[in-house]
Amino acid sequence: MPALATLPAAGLALFFAFPLITLLARVVRPGSFADALDTPGLTHVVWFTLWQAALSTVLTLVVGFAPAYVLARYRFAGRRAVLAAVTVPFMLPTVVVGAAFLALLPQSWHGTARAVIVAHVFFNVAVVVRLLGSMWAVVPEQITAAARTLGASPWQLLRHVVVPLLRPGLWAAGTVVFLFTFTSFGTVRLLGGPANTTIEVEIARRATSLGDVDGAAVLSMVQFVLLAAVVWLSTRFQRKAAVQLAGAPTVRRARTRGQRRLVRGVAGATAVLMVAPLAVMVSRSLRLGGHWTLSAWRTLGRTEVRPGIGLGIDPLASLFTSLRFAAVAALISVVVGTLAALAIGSARRHGRLLDIGLMLPLGTSAVTIGLGILITFDTAPIDWRAKWWLIPVGHALVATPFVVRALVPVLRSIPADQRAAAAVLGASPWRAWCNVDVRRIAAPLVGAAGLAAAISLGEFGATTFLTRAGRETMPIAIARLLGRAGEVPRAQGFALATMLLSATAAIAAIADSRGALDARGA
Amino acid sequence: MLEARDITVRFGDRTVLDATAITVADGEVVALLGPSGVGKSTLLRVLAGLLVADAGTVLLDGVDITRLPSHRRNIGLVFQDEQLFPHLTVAGNVGFGLRMQGAPKAAIAERVRELLALVGLAGFEARRVNGLSGGEAKRVALARALAPRPRVLLLDEPLTGLDRDLHDRLAGDLAALLRTTGTTALLVTHDRDEATAIADRTVILIER
Repeated sequence: MPALATLPAAGLALFFAFPLITLLARVVRPGSFADALDTPGLTHVVWFTLWQAALSTVLTLVVGFAPAYVLARYRFAGRRAVLAAVTVPFMLPTVVVGAAFLALLPQSWHGTARAVIVAHVFFNVAVVVRLLGSMWAVVPEQITAAARTLGASPWQLLRHVVVPLLRPGLWAAGTVVFLFTFTSFGTVRLLGGPANTTIEVEIARRATSLGDVDGAAVLSMVQFVLLAAVVWLSTRFQRKAAVQLAGAPTVRRARTRGQRRLVRGVAGATAVLMVAPLAVMVSRSLRLGGHWTLSAWRTLGRTEVRPGIGLGIDPLASLFTSLRFAAVAALISVVVGTLAALAIGSARRHGRLLDIGLMLPLGTSAVTIGLGILITFDTAPIDWRAKWWLIPVGHALVATPFVVRALVPVLRSIPADQRAAAAVLGASPWRAWCNVDVRRIAAPLVGAAGLAAAISLGEFGATTFLTRAGRETMPIAIARLLGRAGEVPRAQGFALATMLLSATAAIAAIADSRGALDARGA
Repeated sequence: MLEARDITVRFGDRTVLDATAITVADGEVVALLGPSGVGKSTLLRVLAGLLVADAGTVLLDGVDITRLPSHRRNIGLVFQDEQLFPHLTVAGNVGFGLRMQGAPKAAIAERVRELLALVGLAGFEARRVNGLSGGEAKRVALARALAPRPRVLLLDEPLTGLDRDLHDRLAGDLAALLRTTGTTALLVTHDRDEATAIADRTVILIER
């Protein structure tokens, strides 16, 4: 069914490949490379990007270790709730995480590297809990017993048996966390301040504030190369570290007093640590001048702080803009994603090509996508810069891979016999398809649509480039409000972030119940 | 001498062991027989320190070790399904206990060679454990447990799951090995023939 692949392939070519080529053309222009790399402070930016990502990764692995163990190994009351508390931050828009830590951390931490790193750890603990946990669940309990009877103290047991056995999981989780923190944009933008800039933030600053598009293009290519190197290195190490573990996962109740204390302590501490920043953010939206008040919420629809002093943005309007964009982006991703999934499912070799092609936007940073679209569609004959739909199209580019990932396994699992059986019973191919395939993918499709909407609601990196005055999305509005001095806009920013938090959490809950999250988590 | 007195273990409201006692003298090989589900393996776990009994005392050479953690007891255990470390070679597995004691590398290598020869696997040092046959894995597990010279060696149905031929051959080898090394051992089995082939004395654990 090559016809099915036409729309996805064309969309990918127009909105992903074409902009990327345009970006590349800027880079190879003589002089642009040397100019861009010769700017003062660039070494500092690259260095900061690398070390904050490395430190965030190590700390996330350390912090996530105990919850990964307890959640993978023990069954206890409230396990699902703790798992949700760990997973939700990962689903949250980076701007919300940034806002939560602005609310939680003392003023003296704002604009520091440690604020960025703490937020990164919070955001990514879910990756460690999921990837390391799935590994840990199959480490046989008896093997640790064997080590103990051979004289291994708890510390030796960890060092000589547990960590080596978990090494593939540690690599996998570490790589994912490193990639996320390396390309982190929203969190760094909100928490890092001018002194702590990642490559991603620097690209945006050059392109939008300084008008140095060539420099931004060069930086995005530098970042792309660094990312590719990291992925390559990590897959090599991961292969080396591979250990075969057989056996079914063992999950059981805590038996001894020590185990019960461990489970209770770790689960409790994890839940508190994961919920506190969000709870503080919500409470900060309700406080002005030392009093509890709803006034920040009530004034969300007003564009003036005080009579005559304009806010420049309309927070409430941004809610509707975001919802509209999310609906459009979800629609596009579902249509394109379904067509692509069907094409991938039915074709062999070309299907694989489309599959990989659609995954590429995931490996490309959001800022690069936004920048590419911005510089490609701003001159005649295709001057689409002012078109409102450019933003949801950008969002759909990021969201479609998740739709495809959710649908392909389902479609592959449909036995061809079922369709044949329907045909034998007299159903036309169309009827057979409706009865067999559509019925199977309906549930995951709803989940995938929710996921696409959630991604669109929270998208910040690409939107930064494509946003236009009067059509700000919620993340853009939140970042602007929180960037302002004064108590009122801050409280409004927290209120808006609370709304975005609730919307995302609600959608995530629906998507999770449809099993769409597994495609993202792993 | 290993001595267990009045060992009681409950899982929830199910009593697995009720005031069970057993004694193994120095250099003696004792077989512990009994139907499955009677708590033989549970008793071994208590003796090895992997499970804390709800009541009772464990004495090693007259010293109360009931509360001593597993890794400080120097009591070896051979598991029914070996539980070899998949990330280590055969030598890494056999030398593991000595490495935990901080023995020098040369001494570990020497002891590993000696034990592999003893269990009939000379030259297997660099092999990966995933490629071993069932019988070879059993021998490596035995060598691993013997390497740190445990005061007592516990064996939890070590020959289960082998075909008849291999089983009989290994039973003979095991009996000889325990004698030549002068190992004090407690062997759990449900096979009466195996018990008589290997042990000096047989103890039967019955359901109350």
